Amino acid sequence: MYPPKFDYYRAASPDEATALVQEHGGKFLAGGHSLIPVMNLRLADPGALVDIGRLDMKGISTSSSGVTIGALTTHAMVAASGDVPTALSEAAGKIGDPQVRNRGTVGGNIAHADPASDLPTVLLTLKATINTNGRSIPADDFFVDLFTTALDEGEIITSVSVASEGANTGSAYAKLVNPASRYAMVGAAAQVTVQNGVCTAASVAVGGLTPKATRASSVEAALVGQPLNSDTLAAAAAAVTNDLDPDDILGDIHASAEYRQQMAPVFVRRALATAVSRAS
Amino acid sequence: MGSYIGKSMKRVEDPRFIQGKGRYVANLTLPGMAYLAIKRSPYAHAKINSIDTSAAEALDGVLGVFTGQDLLNDGVGALPCGWQVPNIKIPVQYALQVDKVRHVGDRVAIVVAESPYIAYDALDLIEVDYDPLPAAIGAKATMEAGVLVHDEIADNVSYTWEIGDMAARNKAFAEADHIVELDLINQRLIATAMEPRAAVAQWNEFTEEMTLWTTSQNPNLTRVVISAFTLQIPEHKLRLISPDVGGGFGSKIPHYPEEILVPWAARRLNRPVKWVSTRSEAAVSDTQGRDHVTKARLAIKNDGTVTGLDVNTWADNGAYLSIVAPLIPTAFYITLLSGLYKIPGIYGNMWGTLSNTVWVDAYRGAGRPEASYVVERLMDLAAQKLNMDPIEFRKKNLIPAEDFPYQTPVALQYDSGNYQGLFAEAEDLSNYAQLRADQAKARQDGRLIGIGVAGCIEASGPAPSAVAGALGGVTGFWESGSIRVHATGKVTVLTGAHSHGQGHDTTFRQIVADQFGINPNDIDISHGDTAVITNGMGTYGSRSTSVGGSALVRSAEKVRGKMAKLAAHLLEADEADMAFDAATGNFHVKGSPDKAKSFGELAFAAYTAHSLPAGMEPGLEEDTYYDPANFTYPNSAHIAQVEVDRETGQITIQKYFAVDDVGNVINPMIVRGQVVGGIAQGVGQALWEGAQYDSGGQLVTGSLLDYTMPRADGFPMIQTSRTVTPSPHNPLGVKGVGEMGTIASTPTIVNAVMDALAPLGVKHIDMPLTAEKVYAAIHAANGGGH
Repeated sequence: MYPPKFDYYRAASPDEATALVQEHGGKFLAGGHSLIPVMNLRLADPGALVDIGRLDMKGISTSSSGVTIGALTTHAMVAASGDVPTALSEAAGKIGDPQVRNRGTVGGNIAHADPASDLPTVLLTLKATINTNGRSIPADDFFVDLFTTALDEGEIITSVSVASEGANTGSAYAKLVNPASRYAMVGAAAQVTVQNGVCTAASVAVGGLTPKATRASSVEAALVGQPLNSDTLAAAAAAVTNDLDPDDILGDIHASAEYRQQMAPVFVRRALATAVSRAS
Repeated sequence: MGSYIGKSMKRVEDPRFIQGKGRYVANLTLPGMAYLAIKRSPYAHAKINSIDTSAAEALDGVLGVFTGQDLLNDGVGALPCGWQVPNIKIPVQYALQVDKVRHVGDRVAIVVAESPYIAYDALDLIEVDYDPLPAAIGAKATMEAGVLVHDEIADNVSYTWEIGDMAARNKAFAEADHIVELDLINQRLIATAMEPRAAVAQWNEFTEEMTLWTTSQNPNLTRVVISAFTLQIPEHKLRLISPDVGGGFGSKIPHYPEEILVPWAARRLNRPVKWVSTRSEAAVSDTQGRDHVTKARLAIKNDGTVTGLDVNTWADNGAYLSIVAPLIPTAFYITLLSGLYKIPGIYGNMWGTLSNTVWVDAYRGAGRPEASYVVERLMDLAAQKLNMDPIEFRKKNLIPAEDFPYQTPVALQYDSGNYQGLFAEAEDLSNYAQLRADQAKARQDGRLIGIGVAGCIEASGPAPSAVAGALGGVTGFWESGSIRVHATGKVTVLTGAHSHGQGHDTTFRQIVADQFGINPNDIDISHGDTAVITNGMGTYGSRSTSVGGSALVRSAEKVRGKMAKLAAHLLEADEADMAFDAATGNFHVKGSPDKAKSFGELAFAAYTAHSLPAGMEPGLEEDTYYDPANFTYPNSAHIAQVEVDRETGQITIQKYFAVDDVGNVINPMIVRGQVVGGIAQGVGQALWEGAQYDSGGQLVTGSLLDYTMPRADGFPMIQTSRTVTPSPHNPLGVKGVGEMGTIASTPTIVNAVMDALAPLGVKHIDMPLTAEKVYAAIHAANGGGH
């Protein structure tokens, strides 16, 4: 595996990283787990790499306003965190394999915006904010399309903020895993607040089967105000079909678009059921 | 019996492997070394109009760019096929193609440069002008593709082979109460050894000696092929070294084009040259496995007796014939169709086809898993047809223990077996009756629990050389084993077998230690260097212990014979009165244990040569070429429990029980490791793996992002046990364990999943049993509902 020639720069600050990319072109290098393989396969030839791996953007901190996850925090650190909402640690723990989780970073993952990635689905569900070295972007606006985000050229993700899991609230992530790559063929994340057996708030998203993670508004609408039991969960999960445009659903040798579409309600229901059980 | 055979000694190889300190070909760096990269075809089938290498040659650091014409001009020969069944049509293939490419990854040109980075940059600068052609794809479909892979080979059929008792088959089907039919696909697999292939070559212009380090399972055999056919470097001037090799699974048997290109370039440029395959390159250049399309039927009587088996198979060989490709779907496949059973009327017929895909050759089990899969799927369907328990049905048809040696209708004579005992142990280990009771209860709860059973046979330890020759083999199949006792009583063992993960360094020490009553630490095993091992056949077909180990026993017997003579002489006793004490290694006068000479004393005496019996030469070393009397026939009964997720089609293996009879066991820990690793590999085929080519011949599973390897988290703890029925025809009584797990686990798991789905009326799903395929079958069986 021998990548084409590239220049290497190491940035001392996020703003210097932005300036370096603006000056030399090329790509940011964090954990490298998406970028390096495509360079080695000579499918990408960025010409220059700006290494941001040593910037002070690693770690998870909590405050009264919520949890902030540095962009260079590894998936393994998120998976092991008791401070982040359960759906997030659960999803991080299902990414790839231990080697990938120990190297891959949260910022790199979401900047890449792979449609089969797990984190975008969860961040959408948790109504996360993606913070850059210029602004803060709600997750709903951040993921634009297949491998496309709202980031400007040279803009760098510094952290991700999510609210701490509130009282009577639980969250979960369930995925139909690609057996080869361990990416999501269908990923479903749910966060539910339950009071006296009735759903008072719900946030649900699906990913893996669409070009970008998709908010399941129909599922949310079908849940809020409802008593929660296996029938209402199944009925709400079935509504995910309304949130998916059949023409948008991805298919490949591992799972056809039709199969993924059929699996979406199954995994939404499973995520919901686990989230509800965690809410009480 | 000595004191080391039968013990689970820790593997002496493992400390260096575990610490990442193995000595692999890719680790080798020589002064002045250059790097070679290969320009490969992006098309499955295309005419080469021209190759422009000028831009690549102009790149700074490039030492040379060469095409097939350069090799032809230099007289480099075509790659031979080492297994020639009657009427075979062997396509010509050179290390680099000149006029046409015939699969994605086919070789077009090479670059040699000062660094691998420069070499790969230069590859991108080579301009090849192709006329793409339609591709012939599919083991059976290629015959009707209307496209010839090689113009001179009609219908893309390279060879056919058939064997069996046609009259008995016809009678069985005419008189059958039921006929069970099954069309199945045994899909193509990519071997994916942990270590990709690699080669380093060094030419000595003064002595005209070539040294080639290569990742081979059989360096001596490959040396013969290079010397006799391709580069034609005289055998005594060619040294092959296969140091630590990280897995082969058959894919490192063949003589590969890179083993021509690397030494050729080293000689041409007079520089050491290195090539290391990338994982992507391996997917389109290493030999692949299996790839059968089969139509089979089984004749049964109402009482559960199987009377006939009829099999037609189309086996895809890829674009060219690899070194023993025609052996695999012929003498390693059809001859195994009797399985563990007494079936009077068996007939098998096969077509060996060519297609615009990567070549296919031996892959762990090599033909024998394909045979067991056909037989064991049919046995399950037949049991189902008669409403019999699958174990009861099998037991009714097992070859009785008293019938051994057993002559099958498909050429082989099984050496020994106790299949009833094997199944009894499997039922006991798994608590089979309880498994079935638990399954009945789970089914009432709506769960899809399945229990799978398979009983499998292997012909291992190939092979009597005369038999191999009669079946089409160009070489013999003996093994060499030499013992060099040093003056100080230490022992060097030379074997023609090659360890690429099997643990020979440990197993062979145990064998030799017991032969001499010495400590295994006083023995070293040498293999893989043709400068040390003059001749050898290598490791494949689970042959190393039964053939290579037997050669060592014979050499040890010769050494002991000489030592006994020498001891008698030194003790002034009659040779006939000498006894060997395996516990101490002493040779003593019978009845007088104190009147003895130790192993060390005799070794020293043999080399000082101050007092030798009349006519005895100094020294203490012996050679053996052991030609086996027969194959050995390991056998197995495996049982698994799976659960199918009704909503998704996903499969979970809940329990796995393996009982294998591999004859006598030298190291139980290594044997269990081989069984468990083999099971994982066979389950890989059942559930996950599969090389997929699209209609244009592109390999769409060309990386590990898309080709699903088995992983540890897909398995429960595997429970193993064994029965021991020694082979009667080799001195160790061993049979062979390298492939048994792989052969048995594939049908075991597929049978388990089909058993889970049986209440829904699902009869068969072709492998791999992906979640979507299983879901679709459930969905179809439910008439579209849940």
